[in-house]
Amino acid sequence: MADHLSKKGYISDEELKLGSGVPSEQRRRRGPVAVIECIEAIPCNPCESSCKARAIFVGADITHPPELFEDKCIGCLSCVPICPGQAIFVVDESYSDQRASVTMPYEFSPLPEKNEVVTALDRSGQVLGDATVKAVRKTKKMDRTALVTIEAPREWSMKARAFRLKR
Amino acid sequence: MQRREVVVIGAGPAGLSAAIEAAGNGVDVVVFDENDRPGGQLFKQIHKFFGSKEHRAMERGFNIGKDLLEEAKSLGVSVVLNAVVLGIYENGVMNVVLNDRIEEVKGERILVATGASENMVPFPGWTLPGVIGAGAAQTMTNIHGVRPGSRLLMVGSGNVGVVVSYQMVQAGCEVVAVIDAAPKVGGYGVHAAKIARQGIPFFLSHTVKEAHGAGRVEGATIIQVDDKWKPVPGTEKHFEVDTICVAVGLTPMTKLLGMSGCKMTYIPVLGGAVPVHDRDQRTSIPTTYVAGDVSGIEEASTAILEGRIAGLAIARSLGYLEDGAFLSRREELLNSMAGLRDGPHGIARREAKELINAAVQG
Repeated sequence: MADHLSKKGYISDEELKLGSGVPSEQRRRRGPVAVIECIEAIPCNPCESSCKARAIFVGADITHPPELFEDKCIGCLSCVPICPGQAIFVVDESYSDQRASVTMPYEFSPLPEKNEVVTALDRSGQVLGDATVKAVRKTKKMDRTALVTIEAPREWSMKARAFRLKR
Repeated sequence: MQRREVVVIGAGPAGLSAAIEAAGNGVDVVVFDENDRPGGQLFKQIHKFFGSKEHRAMERGFNIGKDLLEEAKSLGVSVVLNAVVLGIYENGVMNVVLNDRIEEVKGERILVATGASENMVPFPGWTLPGVIGAGAAQTMTNIHGVRPGSRLLMVGSGNVGVVVSYQMVQAGCEVVAVIDAAPKVGGYGVHAAKIARQGIPFFLSHTVKEAHGAGRVEGATIIQVDDKWKPVPGTEKHFEVDTICVAVGLTPMTKLLGMSGCKMTYIPVLGGAVPVHDRDQRTSIPTTYVAGDVSGIEEASTAILEGRIAGLAIARSLGYLEDGAFLSRREELLNSMAGLRDGPHGIARREAKELINAAVQG
């Protein structure tokens, strides 16, 4: 396992860059795109089989960490709730000049409400600051993993990976 | 004496899968389980599984358990609960506690799928109420809907430790830290990341020095260990917690196999003493088969595959399945298994299993 991940329990920015699932900044500016934070060789491939755009490659050896083809990804969100590791996020940096949105899986109760202000957290659980919930999605197919989209300053788009309710 | 073609001991993922494959080929199967609910650990597994579609990845464990149970019942398998197998004797005869009576049951074939028991780590105060195993924590929250405590320290960063930590957060516990005596997180990085982003710190190379409290856990002191696992004085940290949850590994429950005379071998990566078995899951006693954690600690998805192979092998050995059909189906299942026993977390288990398969020959 990558050193930082195995010592701290979360991926460092450097480890993430070495991974094959992170879209370029240019791609992120163009619109919603998956960010796959799965760098360890574990036997798992639902992300690949769920992707109708064929933008994720795992291959016959299912321990191969997923590769993202950023130009094929349409940011449809299908892969986010199906990832058993909750390691896929969808980032949209085309949201506005200063703002970005991050969609993440959420399995806690209660769910936030649309337009609710929540506390955005980074990969280590450190507080980044306030973010606004823009969408909460929950369908039967997601099997009780909700998708929550938060809007936050653009510089948090590759940092905000969780949030805490203020209430 | 009751006579059955196949007696399966343990109604977990391995036992049920074996029963399904055997019964699906026409074999008469009874499954005994000492618990009052079937499913083994599956019904506590509320998280989505890894693997690929054929391993039922991204499905939650309890749903897989429900389906296995229904499939087994629809094939005519009788699943007998509160049935404790006391011992296996010669010629497949066993004593089983059924309705408060000890009855003799003979199985032409026996599949032992008794799973594993949790390891414990002793420390001063470890007998205080509030020190619990991760299995107990899961049973309380995920089966009975009871939160084991408000503030919890998790001991062990393997997959059980990190998954149960996440489930405790879901149940509304505050998890103050995950500690591990090893210098690295033992479980999958993605499981660890799920709780790290909730602000839960990992203290690696740390162990519990002491649990405090009058009559129940009120706090825990942890201490760093050096590379020889010796505590380093002066590195103590204190947490106010009401629960210390222990997830320090599992040991195969092999007592029935040991007493029945199966050849055993000691393989640390598989959890300790395990029965040697071949690729059909058959032990050194030709009528006794094993599957799941009792044959080496792995995961529910590998237990299901081992169970399926054992069930098919049993059906073939009783003349219900032809060699060609058996071999091609076994090949499929072994290929599927190879996919799971790969990567840094799986390769050691694959090598250990290969060693065991070889050991059964001599």
